[in-house]
Amino acid sequence: MSQKSNSAGNGVGHAAGSEDRYAEATQLQLTWWRFKKHKLALLSLWIVAFFYLIAIFADVLAINDPQATDARRSYIPPQGIHLFDDGNFRPHVNGLKGTRDLKTFKLAYTPDPAKKLPVRLFARGYSYHLFGLIPTDIHVLGVEGGEAVDGLFLLGTDQLGRDLYSRLVVATRISLSIGLAGVGLSLLLGILLGGLSGLYGGIVDTVIQRVIEMVRSIPTIPLWMGLAAALPNTWSVTQVYFAITLIISLFGWTELARVVRGRFLALREEDFVIAAELAGASQLRIIFRHMLPSFASHVIAATSLALPAMIISETSLSFLGLGLRAPAISWGILLQDAQNVQVLAGAPWLLLAAVPVILVILAFNFLGDGLRDAADPYG
Amino acid sequence: MAEQPAQSAPCLLSVRDLVVDFRLDQGTIRAVENISLDLFAGRVLGVVGESGCGKSITARAILGIIDRPGRIVSGRVLLDPGTTRQLDLATLSNDSRELRSVRGGRIGLIFQEPMTALSNHYTVGNQIMEAVRAHKPKMTKPEARAKAVTLLGEVGIPNPDGRIDAYPFQLSGGLRQRVGIAMALAGDPDILIADEPTTALDVTTQAQILLLLRHLQRDKKIALMLITHDMGVIAQMADEVAVMYLGRVVEKAPVEHLFAAPRHPYTRALLRSVPNIHAKPRERLASIGGAVPHPARRPSGCSFHPRCPEVIAGRCAETEPAPVPAGADGAACFHAELTP
Amino acid sequence: MSNVLEVDALTKHFPIRSGLLHREVGRIRAVDSVSFHLGRGETLALVGESGCGKTTVARCLLRALAPTSGTIRFTPEGGREIDLAPLSRRQLRPLRRHMQMIFQDPYASLNPRMLVGDIIAEPMLVNGVPVADRQARVRELLELVGLPDTARTRFPFAFSGGQRQRIGIARALALTPSLIVADEPVSALDVSVQAQIINLLLDLQDRLRLSMIFVAHDLGVVRHVSDRVAVMYVGRIVETGPTTELYRQPLHPYTAALLASVPKPDPTQRDAAPPLAGDVADAGNVPKGCAFHPRCPHAQDLCRQVRPELLEVAPGRMSACHRARELTFAGVS
Repeated sequence: MSQKSNSAGNGVGHAAGSEDRYAEATQLQLTWWRFKKHKLALLSLWIVAFFYLIAIFADVLAINDPQATDARRSYIPPQGIHLFDDGNFRPHVNGLKGTRDLKTFKLAYTPDPAKKLPVRLFARGYSYHLFGLIPTDIHVLGVEGGEAVDGLFLLGTDQLGRDLYSRLVVATRISLSIGLAGVGLSLLLGILLGGLSGLYGGIVDTVIQRVIEMVRSIPTIPLWMGLAAALPNTWSVTQVYFAITLIISLFGWTELARVVRGRFLALREEDFVIAAELAGASQLRIIFRHMLPSFASHVIAATSLALPAMIISETSLSFLGLGLRAPAISWGILLQDAQNVQVLAGAPWLLLAAVPVILVILAFNFLGDGLRDAADPYG
Repeated sequence: MAEQPAQSAPCLLSVRDLVVDFRLDQGTIRAVENISLDLFAGRVLGVVGESGCGKSITARAILGIIDRPGRIVSGRVLLDPGTTRQLDLATLSNDSRELRSVRGGRIGLIFQEPMTALSNHYTVGNQIMEAVRAHKPKMTKPEARAKAVTLLGEVGIPNPDGRIDAYPFQLSGGLRQRVGIAMALAGDPDILIADEPTTALDVTTQAQILLLLRHLQRDKKIALMLITHDMGVIAQMADEVAVMYLGRVVEKAPVEHLFAAPRHPYTRALLRSVPNIHAKPRERLASIGGAVPHPARRPSGCSFHPRCPEVIAGRCAETEPAPVPAGADGAACFHAELTP
Repeated sequence: MSNVLEVDALTKHFPIRSGLLHREVGRIRAVDSVSFHLGRGETLALVGESGCGKTTVARCLLRALAPTSGTIRFTPEGGREIDLAPLSRRQLRPLRRHMQMIFQDPYASLNPRMLVGDIIAEPMLVNGVPVADRQARVRELLELVGLPDTARTRFPFAFSGGQRQRIGIARALALTPSLIVADEPVSALDVSVQAQIINLLLDLQDRLRLSMIFVAHDLGVVRHVSDRVAVMYVGRIVETGPTTELYRQPLHPYTAALLASVPKPDPTQRDAAPPLAGDVADAGNVPKGCAFHPRCPHAQDLCRQVRPELLEVAPGRMSACHRARELTFAGVS
């Protein structure tokens, strides 16, 4: 008889009244109840969901065509929306007047109070395909009329006069989806190879483990540089996108494979798995009915912790100019513009592209922590 | 009430009306309720009960090492009660210098699993020397080493001069528990608290460790608080016995009285339900129905009444019997009140 | 009627490997040439201290482990005798329904993600019992082990240790197996609950005439439950005999030492005799001669040189002690 005396400390999972609720709750419910207690993780879940919604509806949320360049509106600072006009609720932005400083040859913009451009909800803008399917030109916000410099630039513009806000919104799509795709691929490789390793053991296990060690021992940055350099210049944006996903996930799967293998090895020794085997259950039933449900939660948690690493990988690759290349738009590419100190001194708003990166990475990490803690409601 | 145990021996530690709560999200759980115990020099107090009865938490509360979210709500833990040196440990902060010097100094602790107190990364000798010097900072290293060798010899470790440089993982379970006892003795305590010290051990090793504990306790006039769930261990070791159920002492008596004439129905049931090496083939045991309730669902009235074979209808479920008075013997049961 | 089980020279060695090439540098003789039999409706207890190999024997019998050598001849009710030892996983599957296990840890042995009803029904499900029969049988089993019918739709963690052990017993009985191996089924339970489970096992033995291997270290529990006892020490059986006789007069000094070590629940009889000294020998480095000789108060030169065989000393009584006939060991009356 061991450890029986720590009375109140253990086994206190529930108070008297809610006993029945807990007794018949499924694993998913228990996990959710426990996850809810982790306030930071819950907040992070909302943040992550928020960003994925942005990614899905990126074009709808964008105001200006993210690719449209115009030298006349280079480096416009962030603009505010005026909500009231003469005491009436009539949201508008002022038109801008660009004057060139003759000493520095820089454009300086001054709002023109006389020129009022009304801001409309669900206005028409540039055309795009919603979800890549439905052709439309509806945007949540937009302004009407005016010249090239007269527009709504919530976060300002870059050197080529492209709207930073719209570019950020559209970049979210690529940056978040590349992480997801990378993790998906890693997951597949990780579960397959980790599962084989843990299930069969012996030679299979030894070979896979040595491969993992080799992959992990390769310094990533030089290899990325090599692989990225090997991508032909003639490839389209989509081809590069998939190639980068593949490169990232080739390194990401090892961690997951180790998690899966470890769980398989541990579960094989569990009494309830032995009990199933002694009952005459088939190998498939043991794996799918007893083992997989027991570590699915661990895999989900490991995945949510792997995602930020993927996003960071893409961002840093693109930042270094090794990943995606313009005209693709990702957070890393946006940050590339903010590499130069002189540019930053003149247009510090370009650094705003780092904010979503930080927010999403933090949120994913907290979410992963919360999931990991809640994942095993029986632990 | 019943007679006081014969004491010429001084009382070294008095626990009075100790209450320990665990505050959880789902509500507060009272793990220990109004416990009063006395430890006398050279005597063994056996504390017996099933899991969840609060016996370990009581021991941890005395030493100020309850795991969060547990805490002492009220009550006193008096070291040297009635003397000019009297000190209430319950008023000290858990990591105060005074309490830390009592812990491992005046009061030694022996764990169920000796590896709780030992690390595999240091030699046995290093760990004992550290414990020795924690309470005698002026002692030099060679002196501490000599003391460690003496301690290892005292706890019956063969070849202590050689074993002092062994790592715990190189020792058997029985030897490790002996090292655990040597650690507890490092500060020359006059009070020892042993929490299920033999539960993890095999029966032959248990017999060795119990014999060792008895010799040490007698030779050094140590007050020993022995926590166990095993009535056999109680019978062999204890002078006085406190039987606990759901955070309370339900019966307190000298060991001979407890075994000859148990007064609480729980004690009687506990004694009868122990498997016996003298049993007849296929002999049934007198079992207690049900299981120990969760401390959050303490039954009304006498908390044992749902499982009690002698329950008085209309009384035990409604009213609570008077607790065992502090410093005296007795049973918290209406039957015991009726027949003094 | 034939025996349910006849085990002959069962051996299980675990290799000790070390180095880069995993070369075998030694062997742990967890079970070394163990032979015994189990009659129908009989309960045989395997007792001994930790590391004596009793659990390894239990796991080999059910072929959760593959034995190194030896035979395990098993005769299911109404079936033919078959040697389990050389069978492959696939060959074993149809036989699983005839032999079941009760586990020590009631917390680890039930899948926390399955409903109690599904846990009990699983052996029937994987052995092709139709749904309707399964449900009826689950109800019947719950009643048999003394659990309410509502237990079916709950998850294991809603139950106390004792109740979980009842669930484990119900699962083991689901297919009315010819052989049950119980591995320390009560040692993780509280005293009062332990008594309930012992009584339940005794009731089930009477009602169902179970043939059971009962692995335990608690000699008190063993006395209540078993008909015969086999005492193990470092991978070998050192004594077997009917429970009552073996307790009254052991024929091996180790059995006697075990009995003497049990704390007597009587404060007027405090032990004066010194307990058995030393520790259980290491199965990776078994002493020469009789493995018990370094701790034995009666050891002679012969014991240090020659390993004693398990021989019949009296009718139904076997002992592996050179001096079993000349010495008298104290038992319990």
